[in-house]
Amino acid sequence: MAILIDRDTRLAVAGITGREGSFHTLNNRTYGTNVVGGVTPGKGGQDVEGIPVFDSWADCAAGVQPNVAMIFVPPRFAADAILEAAAAGVALVICITEGIPAHDELRVYNILKRDFPGTRLVGPNCPGILSPGKANVGIIPAAFFKEGNVGVVSRSGTLTYQIGNEIAQRGFGNSSIVGIGGDPVPGSSFVDILALFEADPETELIVLSGEIGGSAEEEAAEFIAQNVTKPVIGYIAGFTAPPGKQMGHAGAIVSGSAGTAAAKAEALEAKGVRVGRTPTQVAEIAVEILGG
Amino acid sequence: MDLLEYQGKQLFAKHGLEISAGRAVTTVDDAVAAANELGYPVVVKAQVLIGGRGKAGGVKLASNEAEALEHATNILGLDIKGHIVHELWIEKASDIADEYYASILLDRSAKAPLLMFSVEGGIDIEEVAEKTPEKLVKLHIDPLDGITREQAVQVATQGGADADVIESVADILVALYDVWIKEDATLTEINPLIITPDRKAKALDAKVTLDNNALYRHPEAENFHVQGAVDPIEEKAKALGLQYVALDGDIGILGNGAGLAMSTLDVVAQAGGAPANFLDAAGGSNAAVIKTAVEVILSNPRVKAVLFNIFGGITRCDEVANGLLAAFAELETDIPFVVRLDGTNDLLGRKILEEAAIPNVHPAATMNEAAEKVVALAKERS
Repeated sequence: MAILIDRDTRLAVAGITGREGSFHTLNNRTYGTNVVGGVTPGKGGQDVEGIPVFDSWADCAAGVQPNVAMIFVPPRFAADAILEAAAAGVALVICITEGIPAHDELRVYNILKRDFPGTRLVGPNCPGILSPGKANVGIIPAAFFKEGNVGVVSRSGTLTYQIGNEIAQRGFGNSSIVGIGGDPVPGSSFVDILALFEADPETELIVLSGEIGGSAEEEAAEFIAQNVTKPVIGYIAGFTAPPGKQMGHAGAIVSGSAGTAAAKAEALEAKGVRVGRTPTQVAEIAVEILGG
Repeated sequence: MDLLEYQGKQLFAKHGLEISAGRAVTTVDDAVAAANELGYPVVVKAQVLIGGRGKAGGVKLASNEAEALEHATNILGLDIKGHIVHELWIEKASDIADEYYASILLDRSAKAPLLMFSVEGGIDIEEVAEKTPEKLVKLHIDPLDGITREQAVQVATQGGADADVIESVADILVALYDVWIKEDATLTEINPLIITPDRKAKALDAKVTLDNNALYRHPEAENFHVQGAVDPIEEKAKALGLQYVALDGDIGILGNGAGLAMSTLDVVAQAGGAPANFLDAAGGSNAAVIKTAVEVILSNPRVKAVLFNIFGGITRCDEVANGLLAAFAELETDIPFVVRLDGTNDLLGRKILEEAAIPNVHPAATMNEAAEKVVALAKERS
């Protein structure tokens, strides 16, 4: 078991003919992900190293029945690509694209909720999902991770690699690693992914890696207290971030007194979640819980 | 992107909100000319991206030319909480019967715009929210349907607006939503939203934040330049596609990825150091980007030591190493660099640095070790 992607994944990619899109799609295929198609308007009938390209998501769905879509198109086309994949009946859309306008994200989130409740969006501005040994969709460097029982959900890409690697160095592997992205309106929240890890029999420990901005970590703390029986370790980046400054991610900004790292760590600790102060400490707590 | 009051008011006016006549000026002469043209009394208002202008002496009423001259002279160049006043907004003074409050912000938790209204305007709204939350009416707007006139009237009524101004306030709320949605704003705020003696609602102030990711849809926003608002190094970095934020310390930081860069600042602070900057070299950092990043970090004269913390995913450690060598070949610097390379092509990257044997480049095996090393090196040099 793993969550969201596994050996049954049938992946199709919007933007497969682009430089980054083709590179990462082929990387994902090399890892063992079943890549069934791609979508680039105007390039239907072509192929990328044997992967058929379609003009539209409707054609792609009819032709190769994908159940996961990866979005790799530029920001101004991403919202429509997500909605088109959803309209074609794809159940999981993973959007890697960074820099999508917040209002587009707002519109996409609310249209999915209203018109396509069967489609789950992960991202945008995320590194994707890796279920080690089973499937990789996105840009996570899979070589650093192996199969195991630690589920990771994170707002940041490279920080996830850092934490995951520290855990791997201590001999543990991952059920799934899910990047939910660093934007203000993510398709999936910590809460959504925590619920999946809680239900996944392979996952025994959950690592939640958050950062400044918004209140997703506080909401996660509340959810954990009510609904999660498995141990959760938290990490929050941005203790030294000054208010009013966007720290890279569009969503990582302390507004007034809201969204600080200290408040988030306190909220998690108040609900019994142990919070590591460094990535190394997170790994040490994991060893303690799982038995080194 | 935060806008100055008068820039926000331009957008307000574009969408039909009632504002007072005014002129934006940058010199005392122009301020006086604008005041004479508008007719007295006028208000001389400092244009800075920080609240509390009034208390800091940045907003003054002028009843004649002599007062306009005096206030413009005093306010231009004024330091308001670290923000130097470079621009003034000279506005025709308004008669005020009541001060209300209205705003729309992106509620990340509800994934919807949140409309807020209160008849307790003119003061810090966070104080109202805390002390008398019943006086702050909140309503989520469905972003797919937009605001309806009925909702606007309902909010104005529920908030306790006087019966004879409810229609006028509702007009403002509908227009404020128009600004929010059509200009890709994440915040539109009017505080105070005044009621004039002839019972009309009007925006006396404007606070607008635009979404940087949506600026391509609003090319006119390029004119909303705010002098002195952005650190010059930040501006240079941005032009080169790097995410740089200036901080107060003396340790330059580069991480690949926003989360790892933020985490690096924290780990350095925990090791007793003070970061001089946040710099995300982004996922695909190639040698040219790294070289630029070194230039950007070193252009801050406070920097005494630098930490490179790389966990390569898309980023290849050998490219980072080559970029560093290229930077050192051009910039003569004796500032120590602690370099931690992990991830894609890490062995190759470390080997490149080892063979180059630059005396002020210090390798580190882990993030924690790197942080401790760079803090020690910075202390040696201070």
